[in-house]
Parts: sequence; C-alpha cells; structure tokens
Amino acid sequence: MAEAKVTMNDVNCICYTKGPGMGAPLQSVAIAARMMSLLWKKELVGVNHCVGHIEMGREITGADNPIVLYVSGGNTQVVAYAEQRYRIFGEALDIAVGNCLDRFARTLEISNDPAPGYNIEQLAKKGKVLLDLPYAVKGMDCSFSGILASIDLLAAELKANPEQRDPLTGDVITTADLCFSLQETVYAMLVEITERAMAHVGSNQVLIVGGVGSNLRLQEMMGLMAKDRGGNVFATDERFCIDNGIMIAHAGLLAFETGFRTALNDSTCTQRFRTDEVFVQWRD
Amino acid sequence: MEIQAIPPLPQAPAVEPPVLSESPSLLPPVFQNDSSAPKLITQGAEALLYRSTYLLPEIPCALKYRPSKPYRHPILDARLTKHRILSEARVLVKCRKEGVPVPAVYALDEKEGWLMVEWIEGEVVRIKLNEWLRNRKESGIQEGGEEHLKGLMRRIGSAVGRMHGIGIVHGDLTTSNLMLRLNGISIGDEATTDDRILDGEVVLIDFGLASQSTADEDRAVDLYVLERAFGSTHPRAEPLFSEVLDAYGQSFKGANIVLKKLEDVRMRGRKRSMLG
Repeated sequence: MAEAKVTMNDVNCICYTKGPGMGAPLQSVAIAARMMSLLWKKELVGVNHCVGHIEMGREITGADNPIVLYVSGGNTQVVAYAEQRYRIFGEALDIAVGNCLDRFARTLEISNDPAPGYNIEQLAKKGKVLLDLPYAVKGMDCSFSGILASIDLLAAELKANPEQRDPLTGDVITTADLCFSLQETVYAMLVEITERAMAHVGSNQVLIVGGVGSNLRLQEMMGLMAKDRGGNVFATDERFCIDNGIMIAHAGLLAFETGFRTALNDSTCTQRFRTDEVFVQWRD
Repeated sequence: MEIQAIPPLPQAPAVEPPVLSESPSLLPPVFQNDSSAPKLITQGAEALLYRSTYLLPEIPCALKYRPSKPYRHPILDARLTKHRILSEARVLVKCRKEGVPVPAVYALDEKEGWLMVEWIEGEVVRIKLNEWLRNRKESGIQEGGEEHLKGLMRRIGSAVGRMHGIGIVHGDLTTSNLMLRLNGISIGDEATTDDRILDGEVVLIDFGLASQSTADEDRAVDLYVLERAFGSTHPRAEPLFSEVLDAYGQSFKGANIVLKKLEDVRMRGRKRSMLG
C-alpha cells in the first residue's frame, strides 16, 4: 500500500475468495478478511475464484463476450455467459488437465521450478514422435485420468527399455516425445470442446484463463481453430493466468459496484462452489 | 454433497455459422468435378453437411464431410476422422439392420473424411412442432385436440426406445436430430390441415456422437438430454413429454429400469459438484 501510495481511506471493500479451493487456505483467508473488515470497518465481498479468473481475463484482453476456456490444476471448464450467469457448457469429468500434466511431470521426475507444466512445455518442443494415447471427448465434456494412466505406462516402458523406436520413422523414442504426445493430445481435446461450444452459441471469440492457459502451444492451437471460424483468441501470459490476488479484487469490485455485500455472518468459505452458482449482476 | 438446482443451459438459437462458404472447393477432389456441385446445408463444429446426389442425378443424398483440423497433429487428426466416420457408419448400419428408422449408408471414405447417406425428404421435428404450436396459438385453440401431438410424442418415444433396445445411444438427442419423413403426402397439400403437419415417420439422424452401449446410465442421459431440449425449445409441448416416456417404457425390455434411472439423472443434473 505504501508502494502504491494509497491509504485505508482509498479502499472500498475487502474482497476474499469464498471458494472453490482447498479448505485450509480458504479458511485462513476468510479469517484474515473478517479481521480486516472489522478492524477497518470495510464491507466484505466474497468472490468465486473461477469468476475472478474470467473477469480478470476479460479486463486484461478486452474480450467482450467470449467463450471462456478455464484450465488450471484444479479446473477444466468451457464457460459461456448467458442471462446473468457463467454457464458451464463442458468440463472435465475426472481430474483437471493441469493435474494430469503436473502428475506426469512427477512421473518423469522433472523440476517443479518454475512450474511443472512449463518444464513439460519446454521438453515437448524437442519431441517429434506422436505416440498413441486415448482421446476422451464426450460431447462437450472430456476426461484425463485414462490418458495419465497410459502415458505413465509408456514412461515406465521407456525407462525399462530406453532403446525403443518409433515403428513409422525409426526414431528413438525419448521423454521429450512423451511430453509432446501428451500435450498434442490433451490440447486437441480442449480445443475441440471449445469449438463445439462456439458452434453451439454462435460466438467466435475465445478467452483462455487459468495456469495452463499460459502454455504457448495451447494458445497456438486455439488460434488456428479460431482463425478457421473467422474469430480470434484472447490469452494472457503467466502474470495473469496464474492465480493472483488482483483477480479476486477486480471481480469483487464489479459485484460491489452493483450493491453486492457479504454480511459478516455469511462470510464463510466453501470447497465446492460452481461457477454457474454466481449471480452475475454486473453484465447485460 | 448438496444437490444444487442448476438452471438449464440456454438452447442454441438458430445462429448463422460464422463462416458459411458457398464454395464446394473445401471438399475432396472426388466431389469437385460434379456438374451439380454439392450444396452446403449447415456447418457444425466438426462437420459440414451438403446435399448431393448418389449414382444418379435423381437420387439425392446427404454428404457429411469432416475436414481435417489444422490445429491437430496430422496423425491424431487422421486417427480421429477415421474412427468417427467408421463408428457413425457402423451405428447407422446396425440401426437399419434392426429396423430402427435411420438414413441408409450409401458410401464413405474414412481417409478423406466423408460419409454419404440417404437424403430424408421431410423436416426436422423442431420446425414442424413449432409450426403446429404457432398455428394452434393463432387459431386460438387453448386445449383439446392434442391427439396428434400426443401421437407424435409416442412415435418419438418408441423410436428412441427401439434404438436403445438394440444397444445404441445417440449422444445428442434434440428435436433437431429427429426428422419427420414425408411419405405419400404430396408436398402441396401437406399443410392443408393442421393435423397433417405432425404426420410422418420419425427418423433419427446425426449419429456423430453416438456409441454402442447398453448401460442404463447412458440411456437415461439420452432421455434427459431430449427432455431438456423439449423444455428449452418447445416449453408449450413439454407437459406432453410424459407421452414420450410412456411409449418408451413399452418399447423394449428393461425400459422401465431406464425410466427409474432417469429420475436419478434429473436429480443430479448432468453436472458434478466442483472441487477446487
């Protein structure tokens, strides 16, 4: 606050994440938010984490009414706005795409610095051979746990026998090829369900948010698809894609301006909080 | 885990696809030297639908073309296109063999990504139903005389039941994927009487998301999708949806178990609760 040269008098309200997320961090934040609210006599605004991502993405990119692909370690959703709600058109039926990538990074024992997904992306750039993986799209939904099991199996086989060759090209299969195959497969699934949602609602803008959204290959594939439909893709870099505080403040402020308040007695948090439960009063 | 009332998704309005190219040059070469070029009917997310002819200029057909997707790796793209063309054709052939009303498969090329099927002369149920409902409203009929609509609902229910009975689930049952075939009705007097509008054999189309399954869960989800499609597209016909289910219940052995399962599906909606 000192750096931004603002004082408590410039603050309108205290926004905090109501959910979804892990219990312990949510509870700690809710307690801190309540304390600040009482201490400085500022009203509370509980914010849905996913809506935070969406509003942040819209603000930064200027996308007006896009189909939103929200992809992170915990969530995989295709969302479109209609009649005061962010409606979920498609979603992952089991684990999130980011979770699939993170867990595969652990299988390969590659670094978590700066992020497991980032290191998979860098390795995938060196991959050439596309290995056969399950492709699990059902309508606008998709599933990733079977893909993770398959790629883990391929990794174990490769470890046992590093001399394996691709039957088509004769190239030696490397861990880079595993990363490449995984990325190509899961991102093709994400682009496909996004395209189906676009065809369904007749929109040609796509906004990608969430940590996985900073992946350049995903952005490139989405761009190719959007171009084919005469539209364009909006994406942000890791500063805005990855969870941050300003997105909660921004989404909370939008709600605050329409008169939304969270009373102290209601300032709870919840691990389960669907994107489509939020009444979006600030949009037409 | 609490059950939340999730509002239904908005039904797709009849939106013009963003890019509807009239040129058939998108099609594989085999369709480009035709003097009567295939005519583009509609564009979905995955496929383009054309009207063309098969063998003779007098035999119309529907041509479904899945163009390759530039964003997909070529190997993956070829694998998916091949799998989808073949599985759709297999499902159609199985339906036809077992007497479920679907278009006949004429020809396909799974590498080039096209599937040619019988052209069904008629109109989709969505359009016919809306026309019938509008006519009634205009002539001020409030109630009564619903036998024709009931009859249509029952025909839909038994067609879906027959399909489920042979181990196929459609995956995308809406009133846009059900057609009414014009048989024996000359086009001129088709609309002379109100009640003729809903006549015709119910034909199931677009098996792009279909799969072979006998799971009650999958069957119940099929019915749920159809029920929601009625709710959002034809709210005034929705009270008669029970007729669909009633006819469905009599259509094959085990249908009543599916109807029980449908109650569970309704309770939870299609969606799961969300964890962080």
